[in-house]
Amino acid sequence: MLARLGLEPGDEEFYAEQLSGILAHIDRLQQLDTDSIPPTAQVVEVANTLREDVPRPGLSQAEALANAPAAVDGFFRVPSIQEEA
Amino acid sequence: MTDLTELTIKEAARLLRLRSFSVSELVTAHVERIERLDRSVKAFLRFTPELWEKQAEEADRRILRGDLGPLVGIPMAIKDVLCVRGVETTAGSQILRGFKPPYTGTAVSRLFEAGAVMLGVMNCDEFAMGSSTENSGYHPTHNPWDLERVPGGSSGGSAAAVSAGEAMIALGTDTGGSIRQPAALCGVVGMKPTYGRVSRYGLIAFASSLDQIGPFARSVEDAAIVLEAMAGRDPLDATSSDRPNDVLRDFDAGVKGMRLGVPREYYEVDGIEPGVKAAVDKAVKALRDAGAEIVDVALPHTDYGLAAYYIIAPAECSSNLARFDGVRYGMSTEDAQNITEAYTRTRRKGFGTEVRRRVMLGTYALSSGYYDAYYLKAQKVRTLIKRDFDTAFEKCDAIISATSPTVAFPIGAKTQDPLSMYLCDVLTLGGNLAGLPGISVPCGFSNDLPVGLQVLAPQWREDTALRVARAYEVASGVKAEVAPLA
Repeated sequence: MLARLGLEPGDEEFYAEQLSGILAHIDRLQQLDTDSIPPTAQVVEVANTLREDVPRPGLSQAEALANAPAAVDGFFRVPSIQEEA
Repeated sequence: MTDLTELTIKEAARLLRLRSFSVSELVTAHVERIERLDRSVKAFLRFTPELWEKQAEEADRRILRGDLGPLVGIPMAIKDVLCVRGVETTAGSQILRGFKPPYTGTAVSRLFEAGAVMLGVMNCDEFAMGSSTENSGYHPTHNPWDLERVPGGSSGGSAAAVSAGEAMIALGTDTGGSIRQPAALCGVVGMKPTYGRVSRYGLIAFASSLDQIGPFARSVEDAAIVLEAMAGRDPLDATSSDRPNDVLRDFDAGVKGMRLGVPREYYEVDGIEPGVKAAVDKAVKALRDAGAEIVDVALPHTDYGLAAYYIIAPAECSSNLARFDGVRYGMSTEDAQNITEAYTRTRRKGFGTEVRRRVMLGTYALSSGYYDAYYLKAQKVRTLIKRDFDTAFEKCDAIISATSPTVAFPIGAKTQDPLSMYLCDVLTLGGNLAGLPGISVPCGFSNDLPVGLQVLAPQWREDTALRVARAYEVASGVKAEVAPLA
């Protein structure tokens, strides 16, 4: 549900079996004592790299919409996002 | 007459300047070979004649003007995860079918500016998730050394094309081994740079803290030339580095006096084939005979690498792939009643089995209540793995091992058992977790199938990895060959 993958009947059993095997392997991490170990999110020593805040041309509206499955009046067209009141 | 599809960059560049042939002739020779062989190899997803015609003409003009750039006129293949303006780019996935990027990524732009000629878009595992290219949303690719076998993956199309003589060089990406492993299985050179060496701008992201773009080639020098042309700071990727672009420093200095580490954990890894071990042992001996000192090193957390990787990479991918919702680009489904149904139907139809599996795994690992037990734990183990390498590199200049525990396996052999597929990368993914540069070079054959030798070096020491690989190539006389296809 969370990832909007659209599971269908039968999918759950198929993935459950495979994912159980993978998670069983992953569980070996619990053997390690990591209480005093800091986490690594980023392996190289760069931090807060910023570039000059200079305006530069971006995509035109036409370019931004060129790949859209549906566009209308300069907008991406999507189905209703709210239920009828 | 020289076979134009078996040349290295250096040889081609020299002959182009001697006017032995033109760029257009060089490109035509490759296109003819592709037309003859790619029906059986199936390395390409798409061809780009509009680009190769224009780029070949321009390259011929540059050569007439006396341009000495090594990449001018060199035929190149690009993995289907690197955006090229106006060229359909799909990350091997149906969900991006028809997507034409509005811009070209930095690595490819730099090679275009250096004069390389793009032949086409290469097959890969969907969103670069896989080790065999069987997870492509289009078709499998076949190993040029044995068409019944996989080329490795995820950059299998790129590796196979260089191996088959369909392209002189190719670009791939490596998140857990996706350049080095297919290079090993196809008998070519493949290099993953240090994380941050090459800009990822224009790369369709899989796992952003691990992904790097790198070259495939048929010699170590060619790989180095391509890497040097792509490397360096890019304001459009905040993780790209402004370190000096010194990857070719001391390239031909040899290994005399260097210390090369052999980690026991890598030589005794589960499932390593005797034939692979024998070829690598022979390579170690060749490097020792060339003057290197071989030292034992330890990587004690090797057994935990795969587990940490299969939390971190799926977690990052589940976040990165959230953007594929059928609204702004790619596939969409008709007749959804509301937006949620539209998202769900698009992703149901567009994503293949392995991508769905990893999105599920990543979403689970990041979900509240499991975050500390999985994601945070994996990040801490990542620290331990990085420390293993730091300690090892106090005792040696580079680490050498097999790239892949096995040679190329038959198509279909591992598709039903995802864990067995994941184990293909057990010797390569440590390099990604630690951000290290690594290269795979051919080191002989086992049962007539290529074996790869991996050289890992400390961060930013591509020069060391390349120097060792080059020294091996020279000392052993083992060179990447074009596979003997009819």
